[in-house]
Amino acid sequence: MIAPAREAASSVCARLDNVSKLFGSFAALRQVSVEFEPGCCYVLLGENGAGKSTLLRILAGLLRPSFGKVTVFGEDEPHEARERIGYMSHAPMLYDELTAEENLCYFASLYPGRACLAPAEALRQVGLDPELDRTLGQYSQGMRQRTSLARVLLSAPELLLLDEPFSNMDVESARQMVELLAHFRHGSRTIVLTTHQRELAAPIADYVLTLHAGRVASLEPGRPTQ
Amino acid sequence: MTRALWTHLAKDLRIEWRSLDALVSMLFFSGLVVVLFSIAFDPRGAFSQQIAGGVLCVATMFASVSALNQAWAREIRHQVMDAQRMVPAPGAELYLAKVLANFLFVTIVQIILAPFFFIFYNLHIAGQAWLLALVLPLGTWALVANGIFFAALSIRSRNRELLLSLILFPIFIPALLAMVQATTAILTGESDPTLWIKLLLGYDIIFTTVSLLLFDVVFHAE
Repeated sequence: MIAPAREAASSVCARLDNVSKLFGSFAALRQVSVEFEPGCCYVLLGENGAGKSTLLRILAGLLRPSFGKVTVFGEDEPHEARERIGYMSHAPMLYDELTAEENLCYFASLYPGRACLAPAEALRQVGLDPELDRTLGQYSQGMRQRTSLARVLLSAPELLLLDEPFSNMDVESARQMVELLAHFRHGSRTIVLTTHQRELAAPIADYVLTLHAGRVASLEPGRPTQ
Repeated sequence: MTRALWTHLAKDLRIEWRSLDALVSMLFFSGLVVVLFSIAFDPRGAFSQQIAGGVLCVATMFASVSALNQAWAREIRHQVMDAQRMVPAPGAELYLAKVLANFLFVTIVQIILAPFFFIFYNLHIAGQAWLLALVLPLGTWALVANGIFFAALSIRSRNRELLLSLILFPIFIPALLAMVQATTAILTGESDPTLWIKLLLGYDIIFTTVSLLLFDVVFHAE
């Protein structure tokens, strides 16, 4: 299923063309074709095992499709555009033994030549205190999740891929995160996020993409309010 | 030294300083090997001079493997490696930083172990003692440079700890042989260790270069 492109092809931020992904004999994605426009927020829905995380990992360049073609920012290999992509997984992708600020300083140093946010500023943006003198291992799951988002925001990516960003978060923290993402989207940046909590992401969803058994079941316009 | 290399190295040193995981496990393990061998063999007389080089190298090797098995554990635990794969900094710098950090840890263990080693085996150096300061770092580098590379290669395997030993030990044999022969030659003073030291140096250069060239492929593999 090819999503109708509303704008010229050159304005497409990322495109999957007939992409399938096999893990052994199991097909996690089956002939998925979809285009992601800049400045829009796509909410990916689907039951467990529908292929949402696999789709995000392919867009991030962490997985290669078994068949089909992926283009991100005009690059046939998403990996080539990796410094323009921010990816947040279920796991925090940070070191337990370091503080939040140490973790962020570490990752900020690995983006030479890219104007990164100051680690303390990124932490403030997600509602964390940069002065907190605790290692990440002593954080709650929700705080780790926010630190993980701060890591992603650090490099000011143009394409934000978020896998279950609201999991382990209380309702108020999740709402704050949605507001932050709304602000991020207004800066002409693209967000693709997976969630099981559709109502939480609804205020920023320009499109709702539903996957079922590795296929695109539907792609509907959302009704964003933020 | 580039900024990314220093960043990775500083991070590894900071984490080890806080946890002491690698150092403590290596110290206990190598200490046990030295004590057990001193019980198994009579540590008096000329015989101890003959076997001491081998015992030191084997103790270093087994102790290093216990740390090498954990070298990428923190990167795997919370998918930190995925975040590292997404940054534009070259993977080779991450590899080199890991090698440097682990080389430092093993060297610290060797320095702590050395006095006990000389006491347990009643050693006196008949050859040129300063050459030990060349042989041990070269041998340690050979072990760690290969170990970090193969640990990354076996990281996605369920039996990664077994797999690392199975891949690493056969490849390390030439360096182990050179390290043992050179150390024994220095301790006994009966032969010239120069050839073995050259072999170690050549081994280090070749395997470090190959690992640096191939690491990005291993690092970015699914």
